[in-house]
Amino acid sequence: MNKALETLQAWFGKRLVIGVPYFWLLLFFAIPFLIVLKISFSWMQPIQPGYAPLFSWVEETQRFVATLNVSNYEVLLDDPLYLGTFLYSVKVAAISTVLCLLVGYPMAYAIARCPPTTRNLFLMLIILPFWTSFLLRVYAWIGLLKTNGVINNSLLALGIIDQPLPLLYTDFAVYIGIVYSYLPFMILPLYSNLEKHDLTLLEAAADLGASPIKTFFRITLPLSMPGIVAGCLLVFIPAVGEYVIPSLLGRTDQLMIGTVLSAQFFSARNWPVASAVAIALLIMLLIPIMLFQRYQRRELEAARR
Amino acid sequence: MLGLGLAFLYVPILSMIFFSFNNSRLVTVWDADNSPTLRWYVRLLENDQLLGAAWISLKVAAMTATGAVIIGTIAGLVLTRFRPFRGRAFLSAMTTAPLVMPEVITGIAMLLLFVSLEQLIGWPEGRGMLTITIAHITFAMAYVTVVVQSRLAGFDDALEEAALDLGARPATVFFRITLPLILPALVSGWLLAFTLSWDDVVISQFVAGPGSSTLPMEIFSRVRRGVSPDINALATIMVLIVATGVVLSTLYMKREEKRRECEEQMARRDGN
Repeated sequence: MNKALETLQAWFGKRLVIGVPYFWLLLFFAIPFLIVLKISFSWMQPIQPGYAPLFSWVEETQRFVATLNVSNYEVLLDDPLYLGTFLYSVKVAAISTVLCLLVGYPMAYAIARCPPTTRNLFLMLIILPFWTSFLLRVYAWIGLLKTNGVINNSLLALGIIDQPLPLLYTDFAVYIGIVYSYLPFMILPLYSNLEKHDLTLLEAAADLGASPIKTFFRITLPLSMPGIVAGCLLVFIPAVGEYVIPSLLGRTDQLMIGTVLSAQFFSARNWPVASAVAIALLIMLLIPIMLFQRYQRRELEAARR
Repeated sequence: MLGLGLAFLYVPILSMIFFSFNNSRLVTVWDADNSPTLRWYVRLLENDQLLGAAWISLKVAAMTATGAVIIGTIAGLVLTRFRPFRGRAFLSAMTTAPLVMPEVITGIAMLLLFVSLEQLIGWPEGRGMLTITIAHITFAMAYVTVVVQSRLAGFDDALEEAALDLGARPATVFFRITLPLILPALVSGWLLAFTLSWDDVVISQFVAGPGSSTLPMEIFSRVRRGVSPDINALATIMVLIVATGVVLSTLYMKREEKRRECEEQMARRDGN
């Protein structure tokens, strides 16, 4: 009897413990996406809440009527503005990711090959800026890049240029902003991969007469692929929907998708179209997100062994 | 290479600090006659709007960090220590997705949820600190879960099993054994969640209501109008606080780690 009661209690206790995070994430993370999906199919409405109900009770016919509206998605496909914005966002995110990898890989490599005592110091130096405000770090680049900013003023003073370069409000500024803000997300997975490499493999390759460059491309680079993929996904996925960086540093004649979504939402107050943009963006990122989740699962399983 | 990279990371921050002492309104043009000056710091302390927003941010971040640590720890525990249960894969997916989800998507989804909930059940009434905190907990707990999961994966469950075999109740095992062992992860998870919340501008912008502007929201609306010297001063103060905090907590965790290792070694010696 007592035993049975205890089992029952354990069963409920376990359910309760699992239930807390489950309920929270279901209510505040999964269900919201369904609502976005729902609103992306509804008509815009000038009064609160900004969208017409999808299902309505019609008195005459005594029936529920669903008014599904696909025009929000048609707008995305027909209006070249949206298509252009999507392509531009992917381009900017892809180029920034590659640049981030080119900057981050050598840094991660250098840290992984440091003596263990200095490694932690360098890692902390990489992470430290991440703890300071993201917004202020992007803001710092305005001061560096603007027409009478630090870079232009120094170059003018040194006599390298006669006219200030147009640096701010360009694609280049957005690349810098993204690389700068997301660099730790690239370096950390790369580092945790590179640190685990078996260095005797490199010695063996050298003994067998391979040049350092060949050794790198035939051994180190293939071995670090999981780190590269993880780092690139961690940069690429959020960068596609980036909103703060392009609105502070980017061009004014070509917007990114995150900016368009916010503008539709806040300025045009067209919630259905904004929702359709969000769903389209989500569908586009679904495969990269699933890849990232697979990587994350493997990492944790490897750590447990 | 590493030096160049670190320079790339630190030059912008250092230049911001440097120009916060510049007297000139042009920010990046050094006014040698009247600088350095603390004028912008004084102006900052007189700015009630920014101070008020900072206070809101502080409260939201503290509540977020606490909530995220509680729920994130439970999620991490459930995912690493519980035997596979139905819906485990879904829970695992829901805890990793917020890590990479573009903030505009999370923001719009959260706001639409709050609007729908209010229509349906009348809660939450309007939007403000409560909705910001709920939204922040949701994405910050994902980070806490990862931190706790990797900490739990770092040691095996032999200690916990031994305690269970000796007849301790699961709750006792958790509070007497698991919790002390993962405490460093909880501390860094709390700090991480605090920073994420304190720093967030995009999600807050979606779910905030009138009169609940957080500090990043205030900064964002100012910065969009261009550089201004008092923002440089604000940045300097924030960098200093963060740097001190990170250095102190790193030292603390190093010491804790050492102490734990010492204790483990002693325990092993006593056992032999």
